Amino acid sequence: MMRRTAMSALLSHWRRRPLQLVMLLLGLSLATALWSGVQAINAEARASYDRAAATLGQDRLDRIVSVTGAPIAQSEFIALRRAGWLVSPVIEGTLRLGPTRLHLIGIDPLTMPAEGMAGDIGATNDLLAFLTPPGLLYVSAETAERLSGQSLPPLKVSTSLLAGIGMTDIGTAQQLLGKPGEISQLIVAPGQRLDLPPVEQIAQGLVVKAPDAQGDLARLTDSFHLNLTAFGFLAFAVGLFIVYSAIGLAFEQRRATFRTLRSLGLPATTLTALLLAELVGFAIVAGIAGVLLGYLVGSVLLPGVAATLQGLYGASVPGTLTLRPQWWASGLVIALFGTLAAAAQSLWRVWRMPLLAPAQPRAWARASESGLRLQAAAAVALFAATIALAAFGSGLVVGFSVLGGLLLGAALLLPVLLALFLALMQRLTRRPIAEWFWADTRQQLPGLSLALMALLLALSANIGVGTMVSSFRLTFTGWLDQRLAAELYVTARDEAQAADLRTWLTGRVDAVLPIWSVSGEVRGAPAEIFGVADDPTYRDNWPLLARVPDTWDRVATGTGALINEQLSRRDRLMIGDSLMLPGGWTTTVAGVYSDYGNPLPQVMIGIDALTKHYPDVARLRYGLRLPSENVGTLSEALRERFDLPPENLVDQASLKRRSLDIFEQTFSVTAALNILTLGVAGLAMFASLMTLSTMRLPQLAPIWAMGLTRRQLVLLELARTVVLAIITLLAALPVGLGLAWVLLSVVNVEAFGWQLPMHIFPGDWVRLAALALAASLLSAFIPLRQLAAVSPSDLLKVFANER
Amino acid sequence: MLVVLEDVSKSYRTAEGPLPVLQGIDLSLDAGQSLALTGESGSGKSTLLHLVAGLDHPDHGRIMIDGQEIGGLDDKGRAALRRSTVGLVFQQFNLIPSLTVAANLAFHARLAGRFDAAWQQALTTRLGLEQLLTRYPEQLSGGQQQRVAIGRTLAARPKLVLADEPTGNLDEATGDAVMALMRSLVAETGSSLLMVTHSHRLAGQLDRRIHLRSGRIDQTVERAA
Repeated sequence: MMRRTAMSALLSHWRRRPLQLVMLLLGLSLATALWSGVQAINAEARASYDRAAATLGQDRLDRIVSVTGAPIAQSEFIALRRAGWLVSPVIEGTLRLGPTRLHLIGIDPLTMPAEGMAGDIGATNDLLAFLTPPGLLYVSAETAERLSGQSLPPLKVSTSLLAGIGMTDIGTAQQLLGKPGEISQLIVAPGQRLDLPPVEQIAQGLVVKAPDAQGDLARLTDSFHLNLTAFGFLAFAVGLFIVYSAIGLAFEQRRATFRTLRSLGLPATTLTALLLAELVGFAIVAGIAGVLLGYLVGSVLLPGVAATLQGLYGASVPGTLTLRPQWWASGLVIALFGTLAAAAQSLWRVWRMPLLAPAQPRAWARASESGLRLQAAAAVALFAATIALAAFGSGLVVGFSVLGGLLLGAALLLPVLLALFLALMQRLTRRPIAEWFWADTRQQLPGLSLALMALLLALSANIGVGTMVSSFRLTFTGWLDQRLAAELYVTARDEAQAADLRTWLTGRVDAVLPIWSVSGEVRGAPAEIFGVADDPTYRDNWPLLARVPDTWDRVATGTGALINEQLSRRDRLMIGDSLMLPGGWTTTVAGVYSDYGNPLPQVMIGIDALTKHYPDVARLRYGLRLPSENVGTLSEALRERFDLPPENLVDQASLKRRSLDIFEQTFSVTAALNILTLGVAGLAMFASLMTLSTMRLPQLAPIWAMGLTRRQLVLLELARTVVLAIITLLAALPVGLGLAWVLLSVVNVEAFGWQLPMHIFPGDWVRLAALALAASLLSAFIPLRQLAAVSPSDLLKVFANER
Repeated sequence: MLVVLEDVSKSYRTAEGPLPVLQGIDLSLDAGQSLALTGESGSGKSTLLHLVAGLDHPDHGRIMIDGQEIGGLDDKGRAALRRSTVGLVFQQFNLIPSLTVAANLAFHARLAGRFDAAWQQALTTRLGLEQLLTRYPEQLSGGQQQRVAIGRTLAARPKLVLADEPTGNLDEATGDAVMALMRSLVAETGSSLLMVTHSHRLAGQLDRRIHLRSGRIDQTVERAA
């Protein structure tokens, strides 16, 4: 009974202040929504990677591969089987079907262990059809739709395969890929005999690889997901500012009620427990709303993320979200955690509150000088730790820790800087109203600083990410101009047509540049090896970051290779270092080139060296140099002469457009999260201003009584919001630029393996400033309108003795 | 006449309908004179004071301050009246919490454009505030805050000082001391004083006392010469 009565008294506060309750629930819901939305996207993508990793049982079964990444010979497979090894051959390769790429996997269903068979394929009744010509090609429903009409074996839909992957018999796959007798890897069945001779003894150059639970795709995309998680967390933290502010105010406003309840015999433990129960109730309500909202956010953002992952990493992620119970649970847990974290200080105060503590409605907002000093010291310590971390640490987690340290340090320092600035302005001013304005603004600071810190975080993130994206865009566009120098790109249907094409093109274009490549392992990781013709197109345009005077001569004569920045950074390879390539031959690094947007290591060797070491290389793609005005005519002629589908002929402009589209898509999610964070910060500002406005009258009424009009007071309040927003924006500039530098020079290098020059875009700042001011003014609109509508009788209540 | 009220009425809107607070008040105050308004709680004393200060509008009647009919003034005009002609002292002190004692003392005078450093210095000494100038209101006792509030009003040398229970939050000894100081300083500046009080003892110290009952003047008592 006692508890129910006390709870009813505590809850009556919210009945009288519904807006405060709405702000609390909204802040918590938004924080949970942005966090759980991002988590939903990550979970969906990771589930896809797991399926990809499980396609051939790679997450559970050992594999035998070549040390150099070269194909395994049929004879080596036979030797292993004869020695008693239960192994099953697999071939993998990429099949180009116009613009569509199909990752083809060829298996031998008779020797493949059950763990290596993808779900319904192992249980097929079509074994005979699978094994005998024309064979069967298993693909996902989505891929089947894309492949209809292509000259492929009959398609059969499998629910266990990801989009973009095709599985067929090894013989059929070898034929389709043009690699007869070639084996990429051998799957080792579980439960091998213990007395088997080691693999190395039977076939030199082959090794057993342990199962890979994570998978290449998961590893490659780790940085992307960490990036998303970091932004999700930032949005969550900004949302918590609202919650902290709303809870702090509600607790202080109820201090008198707490005191009364305590004096009427309610133990401190019970009071704290009741407040905790109240908060848990709010957390559950807001958590459910947040998870639902998060589902919405996730659903809206997921198609963009899926397109990015496809474009950037070739990862296939479905565009729709699945509701997972663990995701619901984690959303509610994070809401609960956020509420308790935001309320911890207030609950502690209630727990420790002396029975006779006076009610001080503004005590929560009063920050002592020593508090600010402590905050400044913490910020300086944090900056020092961040600088040390940046100087001596490495890795993506360190990169994000540096970002976190920078943002948190700046947020802590903001109120200190604002207090110093306002004190200086107060000292410099001579007019009484101005003096009061600066002094009063300084007094409001503790109540507003949380919202301003949230605004600083959102603005800094916007400036930082905006600078990074714009720098990237500028560099990437210039780089594309260099990289895509050929005017037309053509892909033949098969080798015979490619030979005809080469003959036909002689004399019709200025140069025919082969774009031939093989895949293989370089220094233990998958890589691409491209052949490059000795042509001025490359000598004049190729974007080299490091070179020697005779780089291109070395490449042309086959004594040197170019490597991309990713490979150079990953393995610390410099010019002059030797490099072993698939097939076991060695060359020397003769140059490093920038290769944005490519997650894989890449090596470029002379075209002669490529055909010498990899005679089976597919020779289907070419870049053609010709006067740009002839592109249309030649395309038409090629199409007619060789009956090429439109997707096999791509001009430079379309290719650039496509590349830029992928680029824009990559950052669209980050941009969306940025805007959402700014929105949440605006809401935090609104919550704080609303909170303060309820306590402003006693401070404004005496000024009004001494001869200022209500209109002047409203204008001064408006000016205060604008001044604080502008100062916060100015403070956000260096923080944002620091953030951009860390993103470009630390995080990108760790995540993608490339470094970008930083460019400054003041035009973007002006736009952001306008947006920030608009958000601030919008957040101040309702409180100011309320102030403007305050009647003299409301102001008089401040002076009334018999209130 | 510095203050003239003619047939002034005021009522507040409540859920139960209009609640008359003042009815047919006629009152005047000469320059340099002091007048106490007494009465029970809810008799309309504070409302009358607020109407004279231009903080609120009467429903009916005329209020003239220093020859100016304030009923015709807009918000700006009333603000100017409060800035330049009237000085207010409240029971709750209503100091500006963000300003130091020194800045609070000078604030109204500077707003009115009548800041006089010598006069402020003299007031500071008379009010015993020399040691407190750099402190903030929250660091002062009630008596000290009220002395600052009186100093703030008198620093502007207003023609009319309006005080609403200025000693209501102080103990008797402190209240008497503050009151004595205020009366003497008001006399020095030549201002008129209109003070709301519950205390007949304090009211008796002013030139005239008007007792209000249910919004009407019930009794007027002149101090014996």
